[in-house]
Amino acid sequence: MVDILNALVLFSNFVLIPGLAYGAQLALGALGVTLIYAVLRFSNFAHGDLMAFGTMATILVTWWFQSMGISFGVLPTALLALPFGIAIAAVMSLFMDRAVYSFYRKKRAAPVTFVIASVGVMFILNGVVRLIIGPDDQRFADGERFIVRARDFEAWSGLSEGLALRSTQAITLVVAILIVIALFWFLNRTRMGKAMRAYSDNEDLALLSGIDPARVVMVTWIIAAALATIAGVLYGLDKSFKPFTYFQLLLPIFAAAIVGGIGNPVGAIAGGFVIAFSEVTVTYAYKRFLGHLLPENLAPDGLVQLLSTDYKFAVSFVILVVVLLFRPTGLFRGKVI
Amino acid sequence: MKKLLAGAAISALTATSAFGMGHGAPVTIGVILGFTGPIESLTPDMAAGAELAVAEANASGNFLMGKEILTERADSTCVDASAATAAAERLITASEVVAIMGADCSGVTTAVANNVAIPNGVVMVSPSATSPALSEIDDNGLFFRTAPSDARQGQVIAEILGERGVTDIAVTYTNNDYGKGLADAFEAAFTAAGGSVSITAAHEDGKGDYSAEVGALSAAGSDTLAVFGYVDQGGRGIIQSSLDSGAFDTFVLGDGMIGDSLTEALGSDIDGTYGTAPGATGDAFTFFDAMAKANGIEGDGPYRGESYDAAALIILAMQAGGEATREAVAQNLLNVANAPGVPIGPGQLGVALQLLEAGVNINYQGATGVELIGPGEAAGAYIEYEVIGGVLTPIGNR
Repeated sequence: MVDILNALVLFSNFVLIPGLAYGAQLALGALGVTLIYAVLRFSNFAHGDLMAFGTMATILVTWWFQSMGISFGVLPTALLALPFGIAIAAVMSLFMDRAVYSFYRKKRAAPVTFVIASVGVMFILNGVVRLIIGPDDQRFADGERFIVRARDFEAWSGLSEGLALRSTQAITLVVAILIVIALFWFLNRTRMGKAMRAYSDNEDLALLSGIDPARVVMVTWIIAAALATIAGVLYGLDKSFKPFTYFQLLLPIFAAAIVGGIGNPVGAIAGGFVIAFSEVTVTYAYKRFLGHLLPENLAPDGLVQLLSTDYKFAVSFVILVVVLLFRPTGLFRGKVI
Repeated sequence: MKKLLAGAAISALTATSAFGMGHGAPVTIGVILGFTGPIESLTPDMAAGAELAVAEANASGNFLMGKEILTERADSTCVDASAATAAAERLITASEVVAIMGADCSGVTTAVANNVAIPNGVVMVSPSATSPALSEIDDNGLFFRTAPSDARQGQVIAEILGERGVTDIAVTYTNNDYGKGLADAFEAAFTAAGGSVSITAAHEDGKGDYSAEVGALSAAGSDTLAVFGYVDQGGRGIIQSSLDSGAFDTFVLGDGMIGDSLTEALGSDIDGTYGTAPGATGDAFTFFDAMAKANGIEGDGPYRGESYDAAALIILAMQAGGEATREAVAQNLLNVANAPGVPIGPGQLGVALQLLEAGVNINYQGATGVELIGPGEAAGAYIEYEVIGGVLTPIGNR
């Protein structure tokens, strides 16, 4: 019995909890991508760097708060700064839309033109972030670091395995759940949300029924910027902020959106967790886990690790390819890219 | 210290003046270091250290009956092997240097040694190349270094673990030549001493999240983790993530991990963690440091002492051979560097030159306690550190 408990605790500590937090971060990112795809009909490659930009703005405001002695008690100050970060990211998105995308919208350019334009925007944001905050690691988490410490858990439970729950992991999950509820309520219950869905289904019909396309586009960008900033700040709190890692996050985020079915918000959430748990479970070494469960003479000598951790990103790629080959609409029937 | 005094006393007895006896054309020593590139902030002081030794020998007037020594600098760039090779080619064929003090980084040092120095029969003494691979090059007895090989550091760390009773360890290293070399050397020494390495895994620098790496490392079942990485990079990420998940409490650090930014970030959470970094504490180095400062070498960067010693060894080898030739350097360098002989500290080059002229053996110790072992590389002095109360504290010399 104790062995089974030990195995469960070990699995929770190294797979379940990190996977849940990472999955929630990916899901929020994928929601933003999927929303842009559904309403504006293109894959926004600048989303990863929009996350970096919003997070950077939040970090700067956080530092300003800290210098003035404002804190959020046991919670990270960054949560207080988050609304400001979202506002700055939204202004940046609207500016980019006005400066770049609206031109192609007027010309009714093909989606691939938008995609390439978004690559250009990606590089610009990339450069802006590095110019302002630099390419290095930034840590901005403060407040209480742990809810449960591994050593305290060992002492409390008497088990040989520890379980750590960081406050940032809990915050990630709670915030992600709240955001998802709010988003679905907005899309399904409010007038603007319904207008957005109508615009997404059939642009011309939406125009005929008196929906203002400019407002739809504006609201979409604001929501996308908010989702990107929240996802970025949660990732940065949980891990660390570095512009380059946000750029790299683009791959698992797109994989999540496509696996779930791009254009479908439920799919984006499911996809985020599928990708996160695939990455974590495939690269985890199960030696100790099996050692607890199996009788001693069957305990494995090797690490029982399917893939080295170096290949983490390859997992997203493989899942992406398999899904595109066998179910191009994704798990939840999104659109075909 | 007693030995140093004895050396000085003997010099007083055998003092014979050779002032003012100009003796033919001056001889040139090449100084090839990365004056541009990733370690450009360190190299000016390193070159100045080498030139300090030359100036000291010239000022004594005891070198080969008053022959003058010149130095000529060339740029190794630290990273561009072809540029370093061309620079060394120029030194050897155009400037006809008698030996080369350098190069600095392991990669360009290997290129210069294999392509230019060894084929031309010119001795190279590197003050700072630490790759274990340089112990293996086919050097015809022409390549030396006053910096220790990382293979040596692997042994030292293995010894420390043995003394502390650690028999089972997990190893992670930064995925480059330095990390791999040190991890391999450590693993070989540790298993030879009866320890077992449960897992060796590379980590990439610059990632946001190391929880997957730590999960794999901890699954192997060891209680202690050896981290051979960089303190401002993935190495710290690994330690942070290990502490967060409770995977490891005690860490063993290579030299790249010894830095104050580690304890600033992690504080007393890593109390009991220990590691090594090359260096010497002691009278000789303190004396050298004061001498360097008095001569306008302001920095506190590493490898200044090693550079001084490298140039000094070349000068002394020529004196021991009685002629300013490439052959003399190659044949006598190990003799002047090692026992038996009168120990020579920093600032005593004039004395050493006199002793050699009188036919007395010397054992050059220099600023860093030079002792060349194996294929002519420094045995290596290391400082053992331990994190006590959230501060990296030197607890002994190795």
